[in-house]
Amino acid sequence: MILALVIGALVTAAVYLLLQKDRLRVIIGFVLLSHAVNLLFFSAGGIGRRGEPLGSDPDPSITADPLPQAFVLTAIVIAFAITIYLLVLAVTGSAAEDEGVDDDDEQPAPQRKETDR
Amino acid sequence: MMASLLPLFVVVPLIAAGIAAFARRSHRWSSVLLLATLAATTIAAGALVAATAQGQVVAAALGGWPGGIAIPFVADVFSALVMTVAGVLTLVSCWFALVGGTGRHPLFASLVLVLIAGVNGALLTADLFNLFVFIEVMLLPSYGLLVIAQKGKGTLRSVVGSRLYVTFNLFVSTVFLAGVALVYGTAGTVNLAELSDAAATSDLTAAAVAVCLFALAMKAAVVPVHGWLARAYPSTSPAVTAMFSALHTKVAIYAIYRIYAVVFEGDQRWLWIGVVLFSATMVVGVLGAVGETRIRSILAFHMVSQIGYILLGVALFTQLGLAAGIFYLLHHMIVKSSLFLSAAAVETRYGTDVLADLRNRVGREPLLTVVFGVAALSLAGLPPFSGFFAKLTLITGAVEAGQITAAIIALAVSLITLMSMLKIFNAVFAPTVTGSFRNEDHAVVEAPPTPLHLVAPAATLAAVTLGLGLGAEGLFDLATVAAAGLLDTRAYVEAVLP
Repeated sequence: MILALVIGALVTAAVYLLLQKDRLRVIIGFVLLSHAVNLLFFSAGGIGRRGEPLGSDPDPSITADPLPQAFVLTAIVIAFAITIYLLVLAVTGSAAEDEGVDDDDEQPAPQRKETDR
Repeated sequence: MMASLLPLFVVVPLIAAGIAAFARRSHRWSSVLLLATLAATTIAAGALVAATAQGQVVAAALGGWPGGIAIPFVADVFSALVMTVAGVLTLVSCWFALVGGTGRHPLFASLVLVLIAGVNGALLTADLFNLFVFIEVMLLPSYGLLVIAQKGKGTLRSVVGSRLYVTFNLFVSTVFLAGVALVYGTAGTVNLAELSDAAATSDLTAAAVAVCLFALAMKAAVVPVHGWLARAYPSTSPAVTAMFSALHTKVAIYAIYRIYAVVFEGDQRWLWIGVVLFSATMVVGVLGAVGETRIRSILAFHMVSQIGYILLGVALFTQLGLAAGIFYLLHHMIVKSSLFLSAAAVETRYGTDVLADLRNRVGREPLLTVVFGVAALSLAGLPPFSGFFAKLTLITGAVEAGQITAAIIALAVSLITLMSMLKIFNAVFAPTVTGSFRNEDHAVVEAPPTPLHLVAPAATLAAVTLGLGLGAEGLFDLATVAAAGLLDTRAYVEAVLP
């Protein structure tokens, strides 16, 4: 239940941040969203068993499911890589233009009207 | 023997990518390595089509672990066909990129090789989490390719388009991942074969897999979430758009076909959702295309519309409907690449793809005109070309399944498709049709036509669509076998879990 509440709070915060104008806030939103999904994986493995799946002869009735842990480990590095790229993209490009600008045509064509897009 | 070679479709491109990453300034050897590796995997995929043409399923349990524990790599004729066509189109796009200039970036070969490794992996895997990983393997080099530009000078437009593409795809991947977590929580496995028919036994698992399917539909740009594709694809370099048009959305479509067939067993109860969404995709996509003013933007919206057509095949879920959808998928990959390559040739030669700027500038371009005309008519579905056969079978399938409304929409959308293709054609390729040559444009009209080596890649694919239109039966037979494999998934499941 606690895990479900935490995941819910993280997703709420992530959705709020993803809809912000500032690029950095969007990236923080993605960090929170991947946190939420990682916790979702842990809860998918069953949260009753808390023992670590290490040692020579783990007892399956008390040790945690190792498969979701491997999933999360993989998902963390993938999200990490994309977050780094997103951060680089956030500081690339001219200083003048902002995320709020949705006109992605390259030249500000004078013959095109403002209302075209 | 065949089965144990399946991982090579991923391993060989990855090793070649690692080697190609050492290329610094002299890029000739890395280009040769790129083309040779792509040709080898494509030929191997073609051999795989031959080996599975009678409906056989080849499966390998990676690492030699028992079925259900190992990650399974499975190939049937469906995955082999998509892999072959994707390989051919990547090869042709690389050919254009190398000729057109984009491919001269030192990292180009390496990125494309990782991309094709990810595509092959995503097509072969039968494990949901592994599918997620391979989709990421496919996406990460794509992010690099999006901003790669001629002479190492990126445009602001490609950075802005890239931001949209990366954020959207990261969001969709995270949703897909959440779906996989829910599947694991409810079913206890992420192996597709073990999930066979799971949707019928547990409503919770059905809902969890539906989350995955909706994420894949977002990746395929189905209508409520199609805006990203229309914005991101035209922003990159022309050669890269042509390459992506055959890979990303099509892998998502393949996964939707596969997952709905295996996990839902083609459950009739939910097909109406597909029929509604995909009909809307056909209409909204083509209407968006009519309103656009650049060649590549028009083509990107057409891609959305055609994705609706392809996915309609899975929403019919009959033998004929699935076969028509698979044929449509293969035909469309080829035609769309041809169109994007024609547009790329124009853009490389004339420096812009805005219709208003190109009007009356593209003078005597007989070859380019024919090539673009053939692909455009094939896209609209006119008789001598493969698009006619694809649309005919799809509409027959829709009528047979009782989806009269969807059939009528598919027919009506074809007319609008033809209309906006004619808009490009009239503005760019056939200035004499519009009648007037302005004086100030006259000097430009006399400029030499686009060199042959820029047109040749698009011409090759245009010839393929004509060939497929005249000899559609061969490919349609293979598509029928693939459809039979989706209708009855027992062979697939038994291959993974012996």
